[in-house]
Amino acid sequence: MGHPALAADFTANEERAHWHDRALWFVRQKRDRMAASVPEWEELRATASAIKQHTQSLLADYLQEFEKNATAHGAVVHWAADAEEHNQIVLSILQQHQVQNLVKSKSMLTEECHLNPWLEKHGIHVVDTDLGERIVQLREEPPSHIVLPAIHIRKEEVGECFHEHLGTEKGASDPEYLTEAARQHLRDCFCKADAGLTGVNFAIAETGGIVICTNEGNADLGVGVPPVHIACMGMEKLIPRAEDLSVFLRLLARSATGQPVTTYSSHFHGPQQGGELHIVIVDNGRTEILQSEFRRSLDCIRCGACMNTCPVYRRSGGHSYESTVPGPIGSILTPLRTPEEHSTLPFACSLCGSCTDVCPVRIPLHHQLFALREHLDSKNLLERGKKLQMKVLATVFSRPWLYSLVGRIARKALRWTPRFLTYSRLTPAGLWGKARELPEAPRKSFRELYRERQQQTASERNHSDRSNG
Amino acid sequence: MKVALFIPCYVDQFYPGVGLATVAVLEACGVSVDFPEGQTCCGQPMANSGCMDQARPLAEHFVSTFAGYDYVVAPSGSCVSMVRNHYDHLVDRQDQKAAEVRSRTIELSEFLINVLGHSFSGSFPFQTGIHQSCHGLRELRLAGCSEEMTCRDSLLRNLLEGLDGIQFAQLQRPDECCGFGGTFAVSEAAVSAMMGQDRIDDHLQAGTQVLTAGDMSCLMHLDGIIRRRRLPIRVMHFAEILAEALRTPGLQTAEPAQQGGE
Ligand code: SF4
Repeated sequence: MGHPALAADFTANEERAHWHDRALWFVRQKRDRMAASVPEWEELRATASAIKQHTQSLLADYLQEFEKNATAHGAVVHWAADAEEHNQIVLSILQQHQVQNLVKSKSMLTEECHLNPWLEKHGIHVVDTDLGERIVQLREEPPSHIVLPAIHIRKEEVGECFHEHLGTEKGASDPEYLTEAARQHLRDCFCKADAGLTGVNFAIAETGGIVICTNEGNADLGVGVPPVHIACMGMEKLIPRAEDLSVFLRLLARSATGQPVTTYSSHFHGPQQGGELHIVIVDNGRTEILQSEFRRSLDCIRCGACMNTCPVYRRSGGHSYESTVPGPIGSILTPLRTPEEHSTLPFACSLCGSCTDVCPVRIPLHHQLFALREHLDSKNLLERGKKLQMKVLATVFSRPWLYSLVGRIARKALRWTPRFLTYSRLTPAGLWGKARELPEAPRKSFRELYRERQQQTASERNHSDRSNG
Repeated sequence: MKVALFIPCYVDQFYPGVGLATVAVLEACGVSVDFPEGQTCCGQPMANSGCMDQARPLAEHFVSTFAGYDYVVAPSGSCVSMVRNHYDHLVDRQDQKAAEVRSRTIELSEFLINVLGHSFSGSFPFQTGIHQSCHGLRELRLAGCSEEMTCRDSLLRNLLEGLDGIQFAQLQRPDECCGFGGTFAVSEAAVSAMMGQDRIDDHLQAGTQVLTAGDMSCLMHLDGIIRRRRLPIRVMHFAEILAEALRTPGLQTAEPAQQGGE
């Protein structure tokens, strides 16, 4: 359907769109207060960006170092070239252990690989244990935000969903009551689980350890009870040293939710006693991005701040992006993989640049979105009509005389055309004019007025020269 | 000092008053400007649409039109940013002339404050709402933005602050985008309009009487909403405010700009 149409649908319910906008703006403001409380905030961002760029430039080496050190701790490292291979690896580990019930903490990577439907197809019962993720899972829809997966859902709607699936009281919408119900339900799932799957926030080359950040502690519960822990990560999650972690942990939660640090930052060095730890490292198009001018999009630590700040995202909702990762960073990553299906995303952006300045690892997001538009043009994926318009405009602008002439005609036409025609829905002017007036067309352009003024000054000067002389 | 005036195409066509006010303000500072008539458009609409092949001849045209000046001053942060920040994909990076034109292209408030060091007096007794246009704010850094924890002065506010009677509206979101975004305004019309309406509502709650900015494109979009909703907010480019405050007679009456004199 494309972003403009889905966004128009979302904004059509003005009250809801504004509610969504305010909820995310609230998070953005919390982030601002937290960032302001760290005097060296900008230095931290610069350091984080430098560490990431350094790591990506030596990624192959760091990946090998990580594999060596993780293996030494007793973890098993698997390599997956793409989503399919990733899913296959996870399934075969689960099948080896005859797993029937899997609990999963948040992992955008497994969303990207569409792991859940694949596992369910193979008879494995999967429960997402992050509260927001569980809500969208029960509602059978994708998350709309990478940190706040259910941010588009109101508490009344959560109440209805829980009433249907968890048997809470009809009409109940008290967040505490609903959270408690979810907690009891999830506790059950944790106890029944035969294996736990998690994402990875940071993998440390030097130590072979992985770090998982959550606010609900659900990752720890999920891997503490069952004997098998599978951790899935994109290969860009690496950082060189344990001490680098301090930079990222200080930035991540502050940027994400305006907390000083995530409630749980759990470190895993090898499996628990008697258990197994499998780490699946996934490429799925990342190598290609790494070799392109868009490589810095891989520095992303998935804090979601660019979504919270994006004025378009806040008003169009995460689902309007039809993409696992929505918002500014998703509008880069997704069209790089599937440009045909997602060619409207780089244009779902007013180029305001707020994302670039909010991003804790300083990805030049809006510059990349700008560059991505040219990338789409090189693949012949720009909308035909727009491309034609730009060709015509460029022809006009290349010839000053033609530009002046067209300007005169257009202004006259605007003054004389009846309103219903100017504002008819079929033209760009009509699209503009649905909610806005067009500018009033003056009789004379600046250059005409300026020329007249210069002539007048000159003739006055002549005149006074003559009368003086 | 040889100063050229660059008046963006849509200002030339739709807001000649802003161009004239820019001339008036510069002349009041003792700068006489040239307006090279060959100028058209910096190429931003094409570049923003991904059509670099269409933007390229316009960038080349811009460079040849404005070569040889000490400064190319424009009353638009967006177009200046296009020239300064985005021409490296469009013109030969080795070309000395292009490099000079790019580095000498400067936004009006930056020129008035950082180059001329001029401060303005005069009266403007209105509650004034500043819209920080994004490209001026985040690409040219003409003010500190709310995302970055770096202190920076707002050049626009500094320019206006000295005017008698002026008061500034306190916005709830001091630098959110207005939603114009060039072709975005049409291709994402629904979101664009909502963003604009939200900005206007913020100005309404803040009691803005005059809404000003460094970019007429944002103001064109916001004014379109104001007029549609018949709201009592007047929209002025900051050059128009300065010109009005200076009581510079309108240039259309062709009076010499200096007053007092003799
Ligand atoms: S791109 Fe930057 S701001 Fe956006 S989610 Fe990633 S790290 Fe956060």
